[in-house]
Amino acid sequence: MSIPADVIRLPARESRLAGIRRIRVGEYPVIPILILAVIAFLAVFANQLAPHDPEVGILSARFHPPFWQAGGSTEYLLGTDQLGRDVLSRLIFGARISMVVGFTAVIFAGFVGTVLGIVSGYLGGWVDQLVMRLTDTWLALPALTFAIFLAAIVGPSMWNIVIILGAVYWTRYARVIRGEVLSLKEREFVRLAIVAGCSKWTIMRRHILPNVVNTAIVLGTLMLGVVIVAEASLSFLGVGVPPPEPAWGLMLADGKEGLMVGYWWLTVFPGGCIMLMVLAANLLGDWLRVKLDPQLRQL
Amino acid sequence: MKRFIARRVGYALLSLFLLSLTIFFFVRVTGDPAALLVEPGASPGDIAAIHHQFGLDRPLLVQYWLFLVALFHGDLGQSFYYQVPVMGLYLSRLGNSLILASVAMLFSLAIGIPAGILASVQVGRFWDQFGKLFTLLGLSMPSFWIGLLMILLFSVYLGWLPSSGAGSGWQLCLPFTSICGSGEPTHIIMPAFALGWYFAAAHMRLTRSSMLEVLGSEYIKLARIKGLPQILVIAKHAFKNALIPVLTLAGINLVLMVNVAVVVETVFAWPGIGRLLYEGITFRDFPIVQGVVIMGGAMIVIVNLLIDIVYAVIDPRIRLGN
Repeated sequence: MSIPADVIRLPARESRLAGIRRIRVGEYPVIPILILAVIAFLAVFANQLAPHDPEVGILSARFHPPFWQAGGSTEYLLGTDQLGRDVLSRLIFGARISMVVGFTAVIFAGFVGTVLGIVSGYLGGWVDQLVMRLTDTWLALPALTFAIFLAAIVGPSMWNIVIILGAVYWTRYARVIRGEVLSLKEREFVRLAIVAGCSKWTIMRRHILPNVVNTAIVLGTLMLGVVIVAEASLSFLGVGVPPPEPAWGLMLADGKEGLMVGYWWLTVFPGGCIMLMVLAANLLGDWLRVKLDPQLRQL
Repeated sequence: MKRFIARRVGYALLSLFLLSLTIFFFVRVTGDPAALLVEPGASPGDIAAIHHQFGLDRPLLVQYWLFLVALFHGDLGQSFYYQVPVMGLYLSRLGNSLILASVAMLFSLAIGIPAGILASVQVGRFWDQFGKLFTLLGLSMPSFWIGLLMILLFSVYLGWLPSSGAGSGWQLCLPFTSICGSGEPTHIIMPAFALGWYFAAAHMRLTRSSMLEVLGSEYIKLARIKGLPQILVIAKHAFKNALIPVLTLAGINLVLMVNVAVVVETVFAWPGIGRLLYEGITFRDFPIVQGVVIMGGAMIVIVNLLIDIVYAVIDPRIRLGN
């Protein structure tokens, strides 16, 4: 009697792709992917797509309304701001900032959090105690306030914001990943690897890491929305991306000036863009969570 | 029990210690803290004086010790802009923040709990789906954008509500303290709604899952077998027990609200702690920024400790399990 081939396949190798394979064509969440794809497209081709310079305006063309309102023109489709800059062009370039900050901060936080979570969970002992107490303490700090504090120290710039958001949000990964690792390290395949004489480092890299990647991806997608809102909030408060860069949060802060006299387009459009992107990230995250890791449904 | 409480207090103290270490470390690792502690444009002589005054020319360990001693005395430093101690400023704004957070909490519970119950009774049907959409929107629309849109609608177009400030109609004080705040109903509606919006979604989610858990339990089945009408089963038996985790979360969220309101308070010029933090940023008044962060972290550590202890007193499984 022959043994079926898949019975003797190593579990660690299998699970690296098992989650991805379960996804079948026709079940994709079309709307969120479409929204993110459009924003990514705008971000990549901002130079070609934007009709005007996003940072230089014409003062004589201040506060033009969108083209369908009285006084608007097709020259400035979505109107102009207090310095006569084209809102549409700023939105398009703003997509670039949100995309870059959002993704790099999530990846940075995910990298730090996953590494610390694996090391802390697998090694245990005083390393675990140290990392977890630090995680608890940092989780106790209100995220936005902590980010503002860090931004006040290092000063505003786009890359500083990425580092700050990474430094604030890695704790969420570390917590969840550590929990996963604690149960993984009791599993047979890890014990077998220990018996086979693998070093701790090899086990963490070859056997534990592939099994927590799915979780990290799900967390990352869910964090994307949080990070984008955080970046917008920091920029809105003046400690995020510095002017005259066209960050959406900064546009909202600038738009406050015209809000009281009814220049609604300076508030509605940038905020709408933030909402769409966060909504898409959340929808995608929820879908991935169910698809990749049914155990995480309770998260 | 005593051992449990002692251990929790120990953890809380450790957290506070790490918190102070984090703040101390970050201020010093990124450059000269004197640059943050003097007003922008200060002369080299002033900076040297500050170095000496704050002991920045002494060994790091001594500096940390002085930092801790000052914290234990409730000394968060002196604000440059207001020229008064940060602690006093903080306490004078805390009352306003508490009023805003309380009303926001009422909003979020008034929306979140009924919506959560409705969704749990109607799993998979219209209200459940509607609730899912609502939580998704709640988690996706930044609170300050909601605030700006409300100003646009209710202040600019309709002219019904004032867009900034707190007014002075109400005067509320915390018992046994000098922490007072003031506000007026017309001023508070919009910021409280904008702040409560996000939390309403969280409270709805928890109410729903907590209700579902309770509805699946044996005693609810018994109540049903007894022949109680649906409304009584839900309202009398299930609701009361499902509410416990929701109210616990609400307690933690109230403290969180005080500390995350910075953007909403900035939008509505609400004179609370968040606004103080914003002033700290705009006037480059670093002691204020540092003070607000320390107080926020300490507040959350202490509230978590209190909740742990209360839980252990109520529920023996928790203290014995540990």
